[in-house]
Amino acid sequence: MTALLEVSGISVTFDGFRAINNLSFSIDEGELRAIIGPNGAGKTTFMDIVTGKTKPDAGTVTFGERSISLLGLNEARIARAGVGRKFQRPTVFEDQTVEANLILALKANRSPWRVLFWSPKAADMARVQELATEVGLGDQLQRKSGELSHGQKQWLEIAMLLAQEPRLLLVDEPAAGMTPAEREQTTTLLVSLAKTRAVVVVEHDMEFVRRLNCRVTVLHEGSVLAEGSLDHVTRDPQVISVYLGRG
Amino acid sequence: MTRRSFFARNPSALIFIACLAVFTLAVTLMSEAYGPGLISTSFVKTLGKTLCLCLVALAMDLIWGYAGILSLGHMAFFALGGYMIGMWLMYARTEEIVVTALAQGGLPATPEEIQQGIATQIFGVVGSSDLPAIWSFAHSLPLQLILALAVPGLLALGFGWLAFRSRVTGVYLSILTQAMTLALALYLFQNDSGLRGNNGLSGLQNLPGLGDTAQDLVSIWFFWASALALGLGYLTLSWLVSGKFGSVVRAIRDDEARVRFLGYPVEVYKLFLFTLTALIAALAGVLYYPQAGIINPAELAPIASIYLAVWVAIGGRGRLYGAVLGAAFVSLLSSLFTSGRLPDIPLGPASLNWVDWWLVILGLSFVAVTLFAPKGIGGLFDRFQHIGAPDRKGAQLGPDDGSLQEQEAQK
Repeated sequence: MTALLEVSGISVTFDGFRAINNLSFSIDEGELRAIIGPNGAGKTTFMDIVTGKTKPDAGTVTFGERSISLLGLNEARIARAGVGRKFQRPTVFEDQTVEANLILALKANRSPWRVLFWSPKAADMARVQELATEVGLGDQLQRKSGELSHGQKQWLEIAMLLAQEPRLLLVDEPAAGMTPAEREQTTTLLVSLAKTRAVVVVEHDMEFVRRLNCRVTVLHEGSVLAEGSLDHVTRDPQVISVYLGRG
Repeated sequence: MTRRSFFARNPSALIFIACLAVFTLAVTLMSEAYGPGLISTSFVKTLGKTLCLCLVALAMDLIWGYAGILSLGHMAFFALGGYMIGMWLMYARTEEIVVTALAQGGLPATPEEIQQGIATQIFGVVGSSDLPAIWSFAHSLPLQLILALAVPGLLALGFGWLAFRSRVTGVYLSILTQAMTLALALYLFQNDSGLRGNNGLSGLQNLPGLGDTAQDLVSIWFFWASALALGLGYLTLSWLVSGKFGSVVRAIRDDEARVRFLGYPVEVYKLFLFTLTALIAALAGVLYYPQAGIINPAELAPIASIYLAVWVAIGGRGRLYGAVLGAAFVSLLSSLFTSGRLPDIPLGPASLNWVDWWLVILGLSFVAVTLFAPKGIGGLFDRFQHIGAPDRKGAQLGPDDGSLQEQEAQK
């Protein structure tokens, strides 16, 4: 099986600081992967590079079976190619209704001209209703999303990501600010999502990663320190020294 | 699934069109041309010009209120539209005069003589007697009308492409647009720019071929045309902002980066809106300047575009009728206070002269609206309909801005 996303040898320097140092990483279709690492290990920069927000100084990033390079594409093109991204803070359009938010995210042609003449088909509205129901917002379609609670906004954003139908989903600290019950629900959702698409979860919290029960990549100072099952990497002396020795 | 009709979804569009129709009819029936003359011809012109300003305010609301791009250069597109139509008006009118004058010599004039006569007539004032190359199409109304849209449209397209491609946003973009309009104004002030320098173009109220028609009639025709353009503009824009497109545009205003990650080409949307609003502004200019009668480079000064932003802010950003109300209200008040007809108010040793103090009053009311009524005049309609922003007090229930507050949640 060929890799869905193949990152090889990327490096990024910000004002002399090497945020990413010769990092290589690959993920297969339908795989769930957790990335952990201490603060400043380059987790967010890695996601920025894959989604096109930051351009690396060296290295290649290829995506899909035709191995298209993501480096020449802007954020919007990468998103259309099938890479979805969930930020740490819920970012929904607070001024607009839950329904409008979902319609925005629904997979459709994104060019201004086509959007201008877009009108909702029965199938689209059914899909919006279905997605909203799936995340427990089925009866809140007409509410402004700014009125929702923090947890509901997180769920709305997840529904928006599902509406986008990405092939690769990058999730930044999904459990931050959630109650234990919501964490449980999030874990179940991420695992079920990974059945149909590749999911990369960036997380701080070891307990949460343990529940995901998947391969783990440990980043440190911008490159991969260890990779394998959680038990494998937590036994690695280098990982222990990074996490326990210097914090 | 059945969709409700456009007007059912946008009741304000229907109300707006009805009000505009009643207003147009009332002015027509009170004008000197079609009624007892309760409204003087010059006031009909003022009202017609105000409708054009409302149209350009609509464009400003789309680009600023909806898309969040504070352009301080849209009056440049307005004035360019005016210059383009003004070139034809002036050329064709001068041609009539020259032909009449030459016909008195007995011999029919040759085309070269006519051409020379026109050039001398128009450019004598800047000490030249050659027709510059940019006047090549001035003899033809259709060509000049195409230019009236093409020149501002292409300028907006080129400028927008450069600015948005480099992701210039916020106050930097405002400064760039202002620099653009200032540069254009300074260029046009030069005598050798080919548009008569600071004299500008004049006599535009005299329509070629209609020398015998009274201004009473001409003014009301232009008033109708302006009302029609405003009505069509309003309908088009309210259709534009009501659907998914409007949703994308407001999303770009609120969180541009997020829209990018949804896969929308944000820069293309901005460019589309910038060019579209420039075209609307140009169209408004084409209708405005024949009513104003004169155009000069001062019309492109950055202050004109800042006024435009003030109208939209006072009327209420992000709602189309707000922009129209703001433009109509402020520009009519402005022409009242600067007309010099209001008596001074004696204040002991000094006296309050309205002409001098109007700008100060306008400035203070702009500050007051921004501070105390950010929704502007349009916010009054919300009050009537009891659509209020939630009265936010107490601690937030969620960890970030925008989540429900304690006391709201209890309601």
